[in-house]
Amino acid sequence: MTRIATENAVEVRGLVKHYGNTKALDGVDLTVRQGTVLGVLGPNGAGKTTLVRVLSTLIKPDAGTAYVGGFDVLRQPKQLRRTIGLTGQYASVDELLSGYENLYLIGRLLDLPGKAAKARAGELLERFSLTEAAKRPAKTYSGGMRRRLDLAASMIGRPKVLYLDEPTTGLDPRTRNEVWDEVQRMVAEGTTVLLTTQYMEEAEQLAHGLTVIDKGRVIASGGVRELKAQVGGRTVQVRPVHPAELSEMARCLHDCGITAATVSEDTGLLSVQITEDEELTAVVGVLGTRGFGIASIDTKLPSLDEVFLAITTKPGATPATTTPMLKEAVA
Amino acid sequence: MSAATLNPAPATIGHLADPRIGLRGNLRHVGALTRRNLMRIKADPESMLDALLVPIIFTVLFVYVFGGAVKGSQQEYIQYMIPGLLGTTGLNLAMAVGTGLNSDFQTGVMDRFRTLPIARSAVLLSKLAAEVLRGLVSFTILIGFSTILGLQIKTDFLHLLAAVGLSLLFGMSIVWISMLLGMSLRSAQAVQGVSMVVIMPLQFGSSIFAPTSTMPGWLQTFTEYNPLSALADACRNLINGGALTHSVLIVLIWSVTITAITAPLAVARFRKRT
Repeated sequence: MTRIATENAVEVRGLVKHYGNTKALDGVDLTVRQGTVLGVLGPNGAGKTTLVRVLSTLIKPDAGTAYVGGFDVLRQPKQLRRTIGLTGQYASVDELLSGYENLYLIGRLLDLPGKAAKARAGELLERFSLTEAAKRPAKTYSGGMRRRLDLAASMIGRPKVLYLDEPTTGLDPRTRNEVWDEVQRMVAEGTTVLLTTQYMEEAEQLAHGLTVIDKGRVIASGGVRELKAQVGGRTVQVRPVHPAELSEMARCLHDCGITAATVSEDTGLLSVQITEDEELTAVVGVLGTRGFGIASIDTKLPSLDEVFLAITTKPGATPATTTPMLKEAVA
Repeated sequence: MSAATLNPAPATIGHLADPRIGLRGNLRHVGALTRRNLMRIKADPESMLDALLVPIIFTVLFVYVFGGAVKGSQQEYIQYMIPGLLGTTGLNLAMAVGTGLNSDFQTGVMDRFRTLPIARSAVLLSKLAAEVLRGLVSFTILIGFSTILGLQIKTDFLHLLAAVGLSLLFGMSIVWISMLLGMSLRSAQAVQGVSMVVIMPLQFGSSIFAPTSTMPGWLQTFTEYNPLSALADACRNLINGGALTHSVLIVLIWSVTITAITAPLAVARFRKRT
């Protein structure tokens, strides 16, 4: 049996996995181009983890096909396992073993000779800033260190395709940034990544293309920019120094053609929907030249809820058939 | 034509195209995983407590509490009970395998192993290898300690080794049952609980601790068919001298039968959980 020739690192067609009456995957199609990051966005229970588990040969799909690196998940699991790395939501390292021993073990299981496994473990510990903690048991690691060790473990075999299943869930912002940096480094080195996440912000940071899934179905896919435009971009929230000036500010913006401004007396905030950075400059410019005192400005990405709301309530848009032209991941 | 097109596919492809692991690969994987299991003991020395202390505690308790009453003298009881205890050492250790396997499944580490290109059986075999090593420690302590208390090997060293081997062989057949429990029950505590419930009646409803002649008829019938009685008798005769064929044969038959039935079930169950 041979590999199918394709420039797509991951190709999934009509993937179905049911657990009793629960349709964890209900006909998922997606493609990840070689060397790109696909963000799979969805709420808890959307089927993200099931998708990753099927693609890692941990569970068998009920129907559909999936190829990773040209290997069939069902018929070529052993070859497929040599091409992938997996970092799950829960760190899959042996807590009792030291960081070094964990990595050495995986190197040996990947058939590296003893010396090479040793060298590779040392190299990855260094890279993930774990050298100092190398000899300590993993259970003494902080959450971020554990996640980094997990990432290092996934990288031992130099996988061509890396699955990251909610890699930053439960991490504090600083640790989250560390993980993001590492992922970006791996991508720069040519690794293809399939990333599942609940956070729009994470998808925007890391992904080239996005697939939004809900209840086991793809409800939208496309480039990050397109999808954001479809959703309505960001919200600028302005808090004036004098709350009494709120409605006055909104009127000025309307006069200058910025009509998307709304005011909430309860929160004391002026909100403006924007899609481009220039619009933010325009809002600040107008308020500044009119001499309003601004106490704070925040920009907020749409939350996952808002993304879903925007996608599912879009007139005429039926789930899974939205804008086929957006299907291609855009770098 | 450029040099690049003359090159065949990248070197890794040939490696990738071959899904077979081979004996050497398998041995390397089992070795690496056994090393992991031993490192876990090193990191958590308390997990060796059962292997280290249970033989000592059982020996002291039974010899001094029941010894005189059962056999008239402690010396005689040592000669009677210790070989039986030696026989069940393998069984006790085997039951610990399930607990360990269960906790592996609770954490993500089993997922990691299952996404690696290794044979499924390597994980199970490495558990077995580590338990055998643990068992050897336990045997050494049991024999060493009871020798201090006065145990005499009336046959020879080879017969003693045979007794240890028989105990390990029987224990290894029980390992598969333990693995089945470990993969079927929800928590490590449940595995431990169920193991206790199974082992206690088997151990005490046998000829290990007391001769069966004073037991009521129904219990005598039970002890007669209890493989642990045969195991205790075999070990007793291997250490004290006596007819071997019958009891050893029964232990062998039990071990082979249990393995033949439960090993495929355990491997199938393991595959199913992938």
